[in-house]
Parts: sequence; C-alpha cells; structure tokens
Amino acid sequence: MVTGTVHRYGDNVDTDVIIPARHLNTANHKELAAHCMEDIDAEFTKKVKEGDIMVGGFNFGCGSSREHAPIAIKESGISVVIAKTFARIFYRNAINIGLPILESEEAVNGIDAGDEVSVNFDTGEIQNLTKGTSYQATPFPAFIQNIIASGGLLASIQKEKPKESGEQNEL
Amino acid sequence: MAMTMTQKILAAHAGLPEVKPGQLIQASLDMVLGNDITSPVAINEFEEKGFTQVFDKSKISLVMDHFTPNKDIKAATQCQQCRTFAHRMEIENFYDVGAMGIEHALLPEKGLVAPGEVIIGADSHTCTYGALGAFSTGVGSTDMAAGMATGKAWFKVPEAIRFYLTGELAPKVGGKDVILHIIGTIGVDGALYRSMEFQGPGVKNLSIDDRLCISNMAIEAGAKNGIFPVDEVTEEYLAGRVQRSYEKISADEDAVYEKTINIDLSQIRPTVAFPHLPENTRTIDQVGDVEIHQVVIGSCTNGRLSDMAVAADIFKGKKVHPNVRAIVIPATQQVYKDCIKLGYLEIFIDAGCVVSTPTCGPCLGGHMGILAEGERCVATTNRNFVGRMGHVKSEVYLAGPAIAASSAVAGKIALD
Repeated sequence: MVTGTVHRYGDNVDTDVIIPARHLNTANHKELAAHCMEDIDAEFTKKVKEGDIMVGGFNFGCGSSREHAPIAIKESGISVVIAKTFARIFYRNAINIGLPILESEEAVNGIDAGDEVSVNFDTGEIQNLTKGTSYQATPFPAFIQNIIASGGLLASIQKEKPKESGEQNEL
Repeated sequence: MAMTMTQKILAAHAGLPEVKPGQLIQASLDMVLGNDITSPVAINEFEEKGFTQVFDKSKISLVMDHFTPNKDIKAATQCQQCRTFAHRMEIENFYDVGAMGIEHALLPEKGLVAPGEVIIGADSHTCTYGALGAFSTGVGSTDMAAGMATGKAWFKVPEAIRFYLTGELAPKVGGKDVILHIIGTIGVDGALYRSMEFQGPGVKNLSIDDRLCISNMAIEAGAKNGIFPVDEVTEEYLAGRVQRSYEKISADEDAVYEKTINIDLSQIRPTVAFPHLPENTRTIDQVGDVEIHQVVIGSCTNGRLSDMAVAADIFKGKKVHPNVRAIVIPATQQVYKDCIKLGYLEIFIDAGCVVSTPTCGPCLGGHMGILAEGERCVATTNRNFVGRMGHVKSEVYLAGPAIAASSAVAGKIALD
C-alpha cells in the first residue's frame, strides 16, 4: 500500500523524455534520476517526493528500450506508475526491476496533477483521496506477481529450479 | 489450433505443440544482443546477482555502436566495461570500433540471425530481424542479463495484425515510406503488444533492405515484432552469410488475425513524419515550405548500401545547400567499403556532405550531429520525439534517403 502526490503526464510519454540519451553515458542510478523527465517537466526533480505517484495516458514509456528510464523514475522516489496503457518494453522493464505499474484508463481519467492517491498492490485498488473516488486496476498474472514478489527477474531466476521443456507451460 | 508465423516460432522454442495469444511461455534464445549503452546495465545486474558464465558464448552479440568512437570519458568507460566482460566471458561476437557497425545492420550482414530463430536484444529496434523471418524483439537490460545467464526469456504470446501487401512500389518510394504510411494509419500504439505479420503477393516485390527497414520500425507502432515470410529474396540474401541450417516457418493457412489491413504498394507515396511522433505523417505533396538546417542519412533504419545508392544518385553533380549540414553515415564497415568501391563516397564529399564512420550517434542525440534550439533536421532515422536529436526545441522530420538527400540540396523538405 502506498500513498502519494500525483505527477500527471499525457499520452505517448517516450523514454527519450523520461531520460534523454545525452545522459546515458552512465548506468549510475542517482545520476540518471537527477535528469528524470527533464525534457518535458524541468521542475520534476525539484518537486518529486519519496512515495509520489506518476500518472500517464496511453502508450506510456514508448520508444527506446533503455532500462535507464524505469530506473530513473524509481530512483527519483516514485512508488508506482499508473497509465492507460504501457508500451511493451517499458512494461517488461518496470516489472523486471521492481517498479510497480498499474493499467487503468478509468483511474487515469479520474486523477489530476497534485491529487493524493493511494494504491493497494494486493488488490489493485486505486483510491483518489482528494476526490473521494476509487478504481480497480487489472491485476498481474500469477507469473508476473511471482517475479515482483521475488524482487525482480534475476532474483526469480536464482530461486527457480531447472525445468524440463515440457513443464514450461505451467508458467 | 492454427497459429500465426510468430506463434509457431514461439511454440517451437518453448517446446510446446501449440501456443495461444495471451499465454505466458518461456522460450529458448538463439541470440542475445546488447550495445554500449544497454550492456553495462545488464553486466552490472549479471555480476551483482553472482552469475559467472554465459549460457553460450557464440549466442551473445555485444556491439559498441551508440556512443562510439567514444564520445566522452563516461562513454569510454562503458565500452571498457563491455570489452572486459566480453573478453572474460569469451564472447565470440564482440564488435568494437573498427569491426563494429550499427547493430541491426551488422547482425544480418554477418549472418548472425536466421529465419525461425528467437532473438532478443537490449535495443528496441531488435525487431529488425523479422525481415528475415525470425522472431526478434527488443527488451531491457535485465532481460538481456537473464538471457545471457540462462539462454531463455519469458514472453506473452502476441495476437497478430496482418498486413496484406499487393502491387509494387513506384520509383523513389522505399520501405521507409511503407512503414511511415502504416504508422501514420494505425498510430504509434496501433499495434501495441501485437505482432505485425506482413503477407501477400506484394512481399516478393520488396527487397531485403526494404523489409529490414519496415520491420525495424514495427516498434514505432508499439508492436512486439514485425515479421516477413521467408521467400527466394530472403534465401538469396542469406546465401553465403548463414552457414547453419535454419527452419522456414510459415503461418498456418487458417491462422487467426485480430484484423487485416490491405496495402497496395503501388499507392504508397513518398512520406515524411513531422515532429514529434512518427505517426504525424504527410505525403511529400502536403509538406509545404519547411526550411531545414541538417540532414542525416544513416541509422539502423536506412544506413544500408541501397540507401547510400539512392542518396548518391541524388547528390551526383549537385551541392548541399549552404544553410544545411549533410551527414552521411554508412551503417557498417562493409557498407562503407562498398560506398568507396562504387564511388559513392566521392559523390557525397564532392557534394559537400561529411561521411562518418558507423555510429548510431545523432539518431538518439548522442554525438556526431546534435541540433541547437530551433534547428530542423530531415533524418532517415526512426524517432522524432521531443529532444531526440538535441535541444528540446529542435525538430526532426523522418523520411527515406531520397527525400533526405533531395532536402539537403534544396535547403528545405523536397523530393528531387
């Protein structure tokens, strides 16, 4: 369960504006976070607080596969990203590094910048405390929940025992 | 159950008789790719989690192409980290400056990707190899690290959109115009999470370079991959490049598609994508007067020999407009050499272009052609997002090599 202030953006937020390529000469998380969102919201790094929530429209995280983008968002203190839809590579990357994300068009439509929102990860319930409304996001499949619960993809692989190919459809 | 081409390749690599859209599978990988920007993040993850060896040193490719030749000390340090890792792990396909080319031009050229294979790359344009009938998709660095460690990746089996191609392209129209037309029609999330499956009698009229360009930008429509059937054109390209045996997998006749979009190739017009999304397309007759300051001809989208040939044909005997810097970047050392042999380099230089060693450089605003505030560039690259090539108030117009070269001469967006 997290509660935070909303930073709201529109459709097609691409990973170039989340973290411009001119800063990709480092993999240092703190250096990346220092430039997070700077090409669409120069004030973001100054106003973001630990636990805040990022909200976007359709196709959030489109473009480059750079994992530096979800890393920069997570490192800047954002506790969860809620969007109408996510671009598929960003979706994978966020799950793989343990940045919580939720899809809900309804919730995004009902949330404005600056609203106080709380998210229950177990149930997928999103509550807009400012407006007194509540929404239900689509829960993750069990396989993805397992990756998140393990602390990311690589941690989940370490836990996994070797499997025969015939067992793979149990995923 | 009948399956699409993508679904059949995924099923074969998951060891399953069939797969359905939405199903989560674990597939074995034939190639894992990374570059000098994404690999350091993957290497850090790989080492932090205590992995000490890669699953197969012949099935990993590391290509130093983005900020190379090293643009600054930090970039040099990232390449150094990749180089050390590649040597320690005895990675066979490590391409450093002097051997490297832009990864998605290089891997097909070297025969490192083949039909029926499953390939992941920590670079979104890894979808390029769908042109050769492979399932190939971009992932992040953690997926790359997991792929290097285990030789496997998880996938959600995608639904498919079929693009049924008929007819033949008109002169001065290429693969770039086809894919820009498609993205302009369906939007930048028009194929989100799905596979784009190109079929129909028009396929045989598209060259491999056209197909590589089309598959390359499938990601720009949000797609997981963009795949072509394997035909004589493919096999001719693969001959002499791919020595190992490969499987020609084709879609089942009764495979299910979410929808079919019919495209008559003869109707495709030269197309430009205006800032700041690849879906903002206009045909050349709708462009109006747009003065420009820079042209970039190159990238994983349009840096191949046929692109250089189109540009050379236009630059021959002409001069780049005095207000324009024209930057030509052959995508690989082989393309560069061929340009020398065929006299293209001399044509470019005589016209007033600068010709660069292979690099992704300007495409992502790295180096080798950054834009100042208010500047406009026509680029044969793949993205025109805010700030993509430099200042947040600069603009990138995406087009094929014919429009790019013509625009360099005219000083404004044009087609000779």
